[in-house]
Amino acid sequence: MPYITPLLPAYPEVFLLVMVCVILVVDLFLSDDHRIVTYALTQLALAGALVLTYVTASAEPVTTFSGMFVDDLMSDVLKLLTYIGVATMLVYSRAYIAARGLYRGEFFVLVLFATLGMMVMISASHLLTLYLGLELLSLSLYSMVALQRDSPVATEAAMKYFVLGALASGMLLYGMSMLYGATGTLGIAQLADTIFYGGARDVVLVFALVFIVAGLGFKIGAVPFHMWVPDVYHGAPTAVTLFIGSAPKLAAFAFIMRLLVQGLGAEQLVGEWQQMLIVMAVLSLAIGNVTAIAQTNLKRMLAYSTIGHMGYLLLGILSGNLTGYGAGMFYVVVYVLMNLGTFGMILLLSRSGFEAENLEDFKGLNQRSPWYAFLMLLLMFSMAGVPPTVGFYAKLTVLQAVINAGYVWLAVVAVLFSLVGAFYYLRLVRLMYFDAPADTAPIAPRGDFRILISLNGLAVLLFGILPEPLLALCLYSIQVSL
Amino acid sequence: MLLGFNLLNLAIWIPIAFGVAVLVTGSDRNARLARVIALIGAVLGFAVTLPLYTGYDRLATGFQFTYFAPWIESFNVNYHLGIDGISLLLILLNSFTTVLVVIAGWEVIKERVSQYLASFLFLSGVMNGVFSALDALLFYVFFEATLIPMFIIIGVWGGPNRVYAAFKFFLYTLAGSLLTLVALIYLYNVSDGSFSLLDYYRLPLPLAPQIMIFIAFMLAFAVKVPMWPVHTWLPDAHVEAPTGGSVVLAAIMLKLGAYGFIRISLPIVPDASHTLAGFVIALSLIAVVYIGLVALVQADMKKLIAYSSVSHMGFVTLGIFIFNAHGLEGAIIQMISHGFISGALFLCVGVLYDRIHSRQIADYGGVVNTMPVFAALFMLFAMANSGLPGTSGFVGEFLVIMGAVKANFWYAAAAATTLVFGAAYTLWMYKRVIFGAVANPRVGALADLNAREFLVLGLLALAVLTMGVWPNPFAEVLHTPVNELLNHVAQSKLR
Repeated sequence: MPYITPLLPAYPEVFLLVMVCVILVVDLFLSDDHRIVTYALTQLALAGALVLTYVTASAEPVTTFSGMFVDDLMSDVLKLLTYIGVATMLVYSRAYIAARGLYRGEFFVLVLFATLGMMVMISASHLLTLYLGLELLSLSLYSMVALQRDSPVATEAAMKYFVLGALASGMLLYGMSMLYGATGTLGIAQLADTIFYGGARDVVLVFALVFIVAGLGFKIGAVPFHMWVPDVYHGAPTAVTLFIGSAPKLAAFAFIMRLLVQGLGAEQLVGEWQQMLIVMAVLSLAIGNVTAIAQTNLKRMLAYSTIGHMGYLLLGILSGNLTGYGAGMFYVVVYVLMNLGTFGMILLLSRSGFEAENLEDFKGLNQRSPWYAFLMLLLMFSMAGVPPTVGFYAKLTVLQAVINAGYVWLAVVAVLFSLVGAFYYLRLVRLMYFDAPADTAPIAPRGDFRILISLNGLAVLLFGILPEPLLALCLYSIQVSL
Repeated sequence: MLLGFNLLNLAIWIPIAFGVAVLVTGSDRNARLARVIALIGAVLGFAVTLPLYTGYDRLATGFQFTYFAPWIESFNVNYHLGIDGISLLLILLNSFTTVLVVIAGWEVIKERVSQYLASFLFLSGVMNGVFSALDALLFYVFFEATLIPMFIIIGVWGGPNRVYAAFKFFLYTLAGSLLTLVALIYLYNVSDGSFSLLDYYRLPLPLAPQIMIFIAFMLAFAVKVPMWPVHTWLPDAHVEAPTGGSVVLAAIMLKLGAYGFIRISLPIVPDASHTLAGFVIALSLIAVVYIGLVALVQADMKKLIAYSSVSHMGFVTLGIFIFNAHGLEGAIIQMISHGFISGALFLCVGVLYDRIHSRQIADYGGVVNTMPVFAALFMLFAMANSGLPGTSGFVGEFLVIMGAVKANFWYAAAAATTLVFGAAYTLWMYKRVIFGAVANPRVGALADLNAREFLVLGLLALAVLTMGVWPNPFAEVLHTPVNELLNHVAQSKLR
């Protein structure tokens, strides 16, 4: 066996880490005029990781580092989507961060470190690797929120994010330590085995579970652990909000899969976390959708809408079967796609010294630019889950899983709150289409931005007309990975 | 060819493709091009539906012109199309109305012309989809997809209170249909993973779930029809929508609900339909009588016609739920006839509105002195709306009343009051608007119909009269599917 083989599953991570170090050094020698080199290198690093992940992908799970790191199809798919999400976010953000003095090496290095954190989270099969990835991601995100250091809102948001995030990490760690106490292992597969064969004390396990679910709740921003979401979404520079709201959700999904489903998926425990998730899901749907109505700031509104969407994600997971997990994965992928587009539109309308973050700023967009208004219309209807956009199928698959698991009432609650949700998405459509424009500044993004956001918006429609490829990919990758 | 050469595919996708073309090529500077492309699309869309009628086998049972392709294999959802006589007539009506709407908006719409026309073309294609879908999820997707263009139509080109009306329209309909989705997923699970309507028709179900499913379906379809007491969105939507929007709403969109009852509710949950028929009939009769009285006191012409639509659609639901051939056939004929008549009446109001910019009855009077041709055509449609023999309005109402007599004399007696109320509110409005002395100088300055308006109203007059004196071409395609449906509904699924 060649010497290098055991590292093979981790090649993308290794490559990205090397590239981050290279970029960190190269950037030191660049003047502001040549910052484009950093940008290009960052995109190159993501493209390289993409190629490596694609080439090493296989349906068969492969573990390495003594079983601490796993490369299965679910992780490959999620990682590929992560790279695409991050690369898209960089394209969208470029003009925005340049106008706000954030177009510096730090931004790109932090983005890549966060990406690396997500990749580790996605591939972790050991509580320590999970935690390592999570902290790498979280710490990068905290500093990204605070990157605009002269802005009091951003600083406040970063502080809140950090304190609450640290608290959540503490809870997770506490839960993990209890798991270790109960089972004597930190490996996820061994954890599952020990619990399955009855080698663990149930009381301790349930306690551990409570802490872990609370920690997860914090990380994805589900009610009642959602307090940080609106403030961070609102306070962070929009480019960073876009980042927080997109790719990390994929990692969070993987995190939940690894920890709750793979690690704590034994029958006696599923019943326990199902109950907790039901409460969290219903509350998230209710509070997220209802509170979003009262917002006038678009970023805050989207923050609450995110909470509602996370409620839907939890619905998919709590149904406790493979279709449900597949539905959850499909939901989160679709959510990331829509979120990228929506925040991309905010970035599109923002310019130097002006943040298009209020609902009012979208007034009369149809008269300013019918094409972008149409894209935003698609995104909004997709968020609301109206066919023929992909958001409908995301909700459909989740509802199917929930009803299949026997929770018809949950499905009814979910659709009722998505009706409430439809109201505030429609409000944005109304502003764009029914009202006269207040702002007449021309919208002239760069070519790459223009193409990408058009593709992004059309993808919402295209996957709505032909959802099968994406849906089948999600269901299949969950099937062969769990 | 990607979708295979199937007339139903063409009927759905030609309007949509032309809608895209209109959006891409058209701008307000080049509105004429957009209008021409839209007209070609609409006419072509209508033309491809004609062979459906001529090629339709009147004696065969089951669905014809079927097309089947896998769509979402993970959930066993198929792109399955097919029509029977009921859907055939509705598809013809829809494609025909689209042509009229495009012509009717020719000079009237000056702002964002391409978006206006594209919305109607999308709507037309999507509604053809609803009428030809044989897969429950496909049906639902098409059913819901009608909301987006209509929301835009009402909200962008509507009257002063259009935002309220557009939201009310959208949220009301969405609220109704979301529970239908839950019911469909439930059916998917109990039928071992199928979304096919044909599988659902054969699926045995106990009464309790049947009733739950019936109620979920009914919420969606009753809002769409609309039945009393969930009709309140309709007057708002109609009054605020531009003329074309009102026409499509009244002529086609309301039929989606009734079609849903016929295609989905009745055959899938027949026992629940029988159990709850009394309830639906009661609501229908309230709509016929009470809403007829409400229409009497309206001061706004569009609102009056909107209420008249609710009242006439009450006839349709009544006819469906008395479960006999006369009732059901009458209901379907009434749907088609109401499509022509209400569309024509809204166009008539549109003609007046374009000239005087008022819909209030009180602002008119003596229009016959300045617009004699218009007055004559309006007279025909008003008479048809009151159910005068010789017009299409008579045929459907007569059949439904005949069916109702068989079911229960008092149903028929209550329903027949509409012949009085309908005549009262329509003709009274007509009298106040058209006859009498010229009410004000603006009426005195009115110009009669131009060629375009005459063409649109003339075509509709022709349709109304043809259907009135010679209903057989319409009725003959209905006999087989109606009998098939009634036989199916008569068999209990409680096994």
